[in-house]
Amino acid sequence: MFGKLGLSAIPYHDPIVMGAVGGSILLAVVILALITYYRKWTILWKEWLTSVDHKRIGIMYIILALVMMLRGLSDAVMIRSQQALAAGMSHGFLPPDHFNQVFSAHGTIMIIFVAMPFMVGLMNIVIPLQIGARDVAFPFLNSVSLWLTTAAALLVMVSLGVGEFSKAGWSGYAPLTELKYSPGTGVDYWIWAFQIAGVGSLMTSINFLVTILKMRAPGMTLMRMPIFVWTVLCTAVLMVLSFPVLTVALAMLTLDRYLGMHFFTNSLGGNMMMYANLFWIWGHPEVYIVVLPAFGIFSEVVATFSGKPLFGYTSMVFATIAIMVLSFSVWLHHFFTMGASPNVNIFFGITTMIIAVPTGVKVFNWLFTMYRGRIRFTTPMFWTLGFIMTFTIGGMTGVLLASPPADYVLHNSLFLIAHFHTMLITGSLFGYLAGYAYWFPKAIGFTLNEKWGKRTFWSWLIGFCLAFIPLYVLGLMGMPRRMVHYDNLAWQPYLIIAAGGLAVILIGVLCQTIQLVVSIKERHTARDLTGDPWDGRTLEWTMASPPAVYNFATTPEVHGIDAFTDMKEKGIAHQKPDRYHDIHMPKNTASGFVNGILSFIFGFAMVWYIWWLAAISALGMLVAVIIRSADDDTEYTVPAAEVERIENLHYRELATAAAMSRPTGD
Amino acid sequence: MITDTSTFNAVSSGEFEHPDTIENQAFGFWIYIMSDLVLFATIFATYAVLGHNYAGGPTGKDLFHLPYTFGETMLLLFSSATYGLSMLAMNQNRKDLVLRWLFATFLLGLGFLAMEINEFHHMILDGNGPERSAFLSAFFTLVGTHGSHVAFGLIWMSVMMGQIIAKGLSAPVQSRLIRLSIFWHFLDVVWVGVFTIVYLMGVM
Repeated sequence: MFGKLGLSAIPYHDPIVMGAVGGSILLAVVILALITYYRKWTILWKEWLTSVDHKRIGIMYIILALVMMLRGLSDAVMIRSQQALAAGMSHGFLPPDHFNQVFSAHGTIMIIFVAMPFMVGLMNIVIPLQIGARDVAFPFLNSVSLWLTTAAALLVMVSLGVGEFSKAGWSGYAPLTELKYSPGTGVDYWIWAFQIAGVGSLMTSINFLVTILKMRAPGMTLMRMPIFVWTVLCTAVLMVLSFPVLTVALAMLTLDRYLGMHFFTNSLGGNMMMYANLFWIWGHPEVYIVVLPAFGIFSEVVATFSGKPLFGYTSMVFATIAIMVLSFSVWLHHFFTMGASPNVNIFFGITTMIIAVPTGVKVFNWLFTMYRGRIRFTTPMFWTLGFIMTFTIGGMTGVLLASPPADYVLHNSLFLIAHFHTMLITGSLFGYLAGYAYWFPKAIGFTLNEKWGKRTFWSWLIGFCLAFIPLYVLGLMGMPRRMVHYDNLAWQPYLIIAAGGLAVILIGVLCQTIQLVVSIKERHTARDLTGDPWDGRTLEWTMASPPAVYNFATTPEVHGIDAFTDMKEKGIAHQKPDRYHDIHMPKNTASGFVNGILSFIFGFAMVWYIWWLAAISALGMLVAVIIRSADDDTEYTVPAAEVERIENLHYRELATAAAMSRPTGD
Repeated sequence: MITDTSTFNAVSSGEFEHPDTIENQAFGFWIYIMSDLVLFATIFATYAVLGHNYAGGPTGKDLFHLPYTFGETMLLLFSSATYGLSMLAMNQNRKDLVLRWLFATFLLGLGFLAMEINEFHHMILDGNGPERSAFLSAFFTLVGTHGSHVAFGLIWMSVMMGQIIAKGLSAPVQSRLIRLSIFWHFLDVVWVGVFTIVYLMGVM
């Protein structure tokens, strides 16, 4: 009846796990109680959970990312404190069994449930606004993507209290992940969480490709698109081409585990290196998937706060495209030690080094944009400057690792860990945090507190350096990754420093939380009346903050790269149109949310071999899609009079703002 | 202010789906097909790597019966032709004819699927199931993935027949039929690859 699921699946004998489970459940109960107390269930359901509005979906994605970041960070705390303690005679507080789950969960969560949703959230909020569109091309599909991602994240969270998580690392190398070596449910949780989130990401990429290629405002040619739009376009291309490979790799592993097939086993003709190849054919582009949009954010931020057009727009576009193309030709550098011929390794070594060229172009473009600019040192700008410096270090260590002989020595050492954390934390996360501070007023309607924002930045930057520079040293000293215990006492001081670095990062997280609370308290004084708090250059700043549901009352016309700056210079910004038209918008629907719940049940049932439940939930998804497809009445009309009323409110706000001085930013 | 490239120009009220929405849906579907192509390419690549790892078990020569598979192939190719005829009927707005050709397509597709399941069934009964060797794992996965796509296409087709009966050839229904058409022909193209690489090269 319940497959492999029984009471023994709950690790009640492990105080650390049960503490985490208790904490999570308590938090959930508190949130649910608060919603009930303030009677927000109706509004939550009608305005958020069933929403197909890209701005709301974007906000929900970012909430998901921030929540999951707390989980990923607590895993990091456990890794760092265990390694700071477990030297020589001491064995720390985590048994190997648990430690392996912790680092596997940390990687999976940070890539799939923090970086991806944060990026997709920002894309959702910004892209339609920047290209002058009313929504994404497929608003309903967008809602399905969100809820699939959420369902997958929930699956990872449930693995904490019911069963276990994978112990085979976030990349899940075979044959360790085969049933013979990982008989528990951990790998299955990992597989289904990855798979469900991957399907959501694939849909997102199709959605944004169509949105960007087909829904731009008149006059916005490809070479007039804001640079963030370009980077998202390239990311979407990478996603469309790489995620199916992940789907196949995971599906084959699933078939090996569930039906006894022999794709990656080491018997009856299986080939385990096939898995490593397939995984990294997705996995390497994935790195660029999460980093390119961050490059786009840095570009927007640098141009805005330097008060200049982006230096070398065209070269920036082509550098992005070059990275996009090259990213598919480097995957083998993740396993130079596989034993391929030197010629193969040299090919992939050289392609990897070549990527440094377009990336270097970008760095110089950012520097030249600032050169002779009138720079305003706001929080997003701080993130950008911190990124440029640390990222350059990470890039250089990457070129070092790209050389196969050096890689043979450094492979699987902490040097590698330090390298990719430099790329992903400063490259991606700093970018998203810059985007968070930059677009927060647009999405929510008031600016964030600058003082706490800068404190957040400094804690992150200092903490990051303290946490990861020792890891470079440890890597050169020969310390491998993922060690639950070590005998070389010379490593310990560095690991203690790294743990201290993480503590400083946690102060940054605390500052960020305080920033949010303080900003909400001060929201009436920090209100963004003009919709343009930073003297922005692109179309998203032309409208009210937060924007009306239809975004643009009239479709804007674009004449150059920085469309809004162009309008401001010509004095035609905020011009009242002669008359307004009726606007057709997509209706909210519960179908996306229902599909998310069903996919969660499906994933859970598959993990525990509850076949009847899996069949029912799969059938349920099919039926939900068929019912939705039969519904042709998916739009409603915002009458012209209503549009006029909403727009006039904004014109009144503009007048108020003009009466006061410019509110923030300088 | 408004040009013909605008996505939401002055909308004639009362129309629930803009023409450009239909165009976007077709374009989005092409992109999906492209990603599906990558999916099949990956499975083909795996088959190319593992296709000779017989592990002492049977080879393609022992297992495949070309005339049988050729019959399967003919069913699928003819189903593409009948789908084409159905689309021609759609362009002439002849609802009954559309339904008739769609039903013919459905029967041909169902025949293809039945033959494939029968083939699988016999192989598994003979002890040559997917767990026998890496070659057979790759074979069952490649052919089975195509087969499950066909099965999904058949479900979709039956839903569309229902929608045509209930709603007639409305604009959204036509848009869906166009996308199903892309999907169905795509499966045909993939099958040509499967037939060549798996079956023809397997018995050679």
